[in-house]
Amino acid sequence: MSDEPAPEKPAPEKPAAEKPVPEKPVKKHEPEDPNKPLWEKDPVAPAWLDGADDPLTAALKEEVGDAIEAARSFAGDLTFLVRRDAIARTCAVLKEKHGFTYLVDLCGADYPKREPRFDVVYQLHRFSDQRRIRLRVMTDEATPVPTVCGVWRAANWPEREVWDMFGVRFEGHPDMTRILLWEGFNGFPLRKDFPVEGIDTGSAIYPEFYREGAGPVAGSGTGWKPPKPPQEPS
Amino acid sequence: MTQPLALPEDDHDGLFADSEEMELSFGPQHPATHGVLRLKLKINGERIVESYPVIGYLHRGTEKLFELHPFFQNIPHTDRMDYVAAATNNQAYVGAVEKLLGLVVPPRARCIRIILAELQRISSHLLWLATHAIDIGAMTPFFYTFREREILLDLFEDYCGARLTLNCMRPGGLPYDLPVGWTGRCAALMADLPGKLDEYEELLTNNRIWKKRTVGIGVLPPEVAIDYGVTGPMLRGSGVRWDLRKALPYDGYDEVEFEVPIGRNGDTYDRYIVRMIEMRQSVRIINQCLEKLPEGPIMAKRPRVMKAGKDAEIYHGIEGPKGEIGFYIVGDGTPNPYRCHVRPPSFINLQSLPELCKGALIADLVALIGTTDIVLGEVDR
Repeated sequence: MSDEPAPEKPAPEKPAAEKPVPEKPVKKHEPEDPNKPLWEKDPVAPAWLDGADDPLTAALKEEVGDAIEAARSFAGDLTFLVRRDAIARTCAVLKEKHGFTYLVDLCGADYPKREPRFDVVYQLHRFSDQRRIRLRVMTDEATPVPTVCGVWRAANWPEREVWDMFGVRFEGHPDMTRILLWEGFNGFPLRKDFPVEGIDTGSAIYPEFYREGAGPVAGSGTGWKPPKPPQEPS
Repeated sequence: MTQPLALPEDDHDGLFADSEEMELSFGPQHPATHGVLRLKLKINGERIVESYPVIGYLHRGTEKLFELHPFFQNIPHTDRMDYVAAATNNQAYVGAVEKLLGLVVPPRARCIRIILAELQRISSHLLWLATHAIDIGAMTPFFYTFREREILLDLFEDYCGARLTLNCMRPGGLPYDLPVGWTGRCAALMADLPGKLDEYEELLTNNRIWKKRTVGIGVLPPEVAIDYGVTGPMLRGSGVRWDLRKALPYDGYDEVEFEVPIGRNGDTYDRYIVRMIEMRQSVRIINQCLEKLPEGPIMAKRPRVMKAGKDAEIYHGIEGPKGEIGFYIVGDGTPNPYRCHVRPPSFINLQSLPELCKGALIADLVALIGTTDIVLGEVDR
């Protein structure tokens, strides 16, 4: 018995290699009980499917041409990647010809590793058959996205929120101002490179504590404290 | 014998035709704004020419916080958005996570979820009724509704220990089963509630002052409501029969029977009636659920560490007490959501307020803020 552990010593890497092992017995169990209720089975996460064969994709491609760059579906939601400059036209076609009269939601997302860095995501709803689709547009910091305020008035505030949180501008928006933060706030908080502690906001909020541009900085930990006010002579 | 008071509508425009426009800041510290809402008003005499809501006084960066925590640790954050309807916020969030991971909720958990969500709807509507009535000047309903709301919150407290920030659902099911005797107490309250609702309606529905203050005030035509993305009782008050519980059923709402009330004129009074009927329908749903409450597990089989697939994205919306509350979640293969966006019903409904109060009297403004049923914690997130 004392001999056996010795040859096994160089095997601390084994756990890493063994990781797929616990999955095997699970897979063995499954064929035993095909009548098991769904909630006792292992969950099956949805996957991306091609959406090109959907009738809506074909109809839309005919109407707006190459504005549709890709069509995929995930968990039943058809997602179109739309060319940036054609988004307002595409939305108008979807509303007028396909009955997507209700703009459910409009939001942004930041992918700093990608080339056009930002996404603007639109969720649309059609009342006649309760269908939901999603549109997405890619953009970068410099290029504004055409506004869809002219199509749905519901887009007004969500677009302002995207500008507020991500710094994505909307071209032709009637009131492109910050909505949740104040005018003059330094930075766009939902960008991935914006620290949770905040940046440079100190002097704007507490001018007696911070000099111009000074304030809590990135990477200083989550529990920041305001420093003592600087001495007058220094 | 008694003549009704002559309302300023009669000859208002003639009286104040040459008066100057004036700017007025309404709020943020005003009790009738239900929190910290500020309205920049442009008024002419007593009439509102233009209004511009200023929000963000309660912004806490919830969407940033979502990105920092694993999926199940985000549930308490959802409680703090619409803090008078935490259960439906939880339901929307866990529903989105379940869709993302492919979890299937057991029937007992779904049934209890419906009960909790409908109790929450009643409690939210009771709070709305109390504050709406007190805004307009009816003091008594406040005391009556808070009496029932207290019993309702006690039920929540018995279930999960909290009264407002419930944190009462988990992806895949529920954290706890119902305590002993809970269904009995719930059924007793449900037997009691229709009578209590009659009591409130007796005070308000045919009350002449109430009608004067609400009928024809803040009319929102259905096409305008849809254009503004307005949902919930506000949309139904405008006469659009659309309810996500019927349209895109979730958590087993297709297995219960209920009606979706709609209004006829789209005014403040119709929205009041719609919410009153909704409470009765919620009682009906809860009674059905208590009757058929199935036995079995309350949690689905789920991975110990919940990770969304790389590049997975989902939008899931449910019918909250104020409208459609939805979550858009993007996963990147880690236990945290890469991006989690909330579609807050109060935020979108508030957007239609300038449309509602165009040309209204300042005195009606508080009624209009009340009828949109906003919670600023959700507007500002």
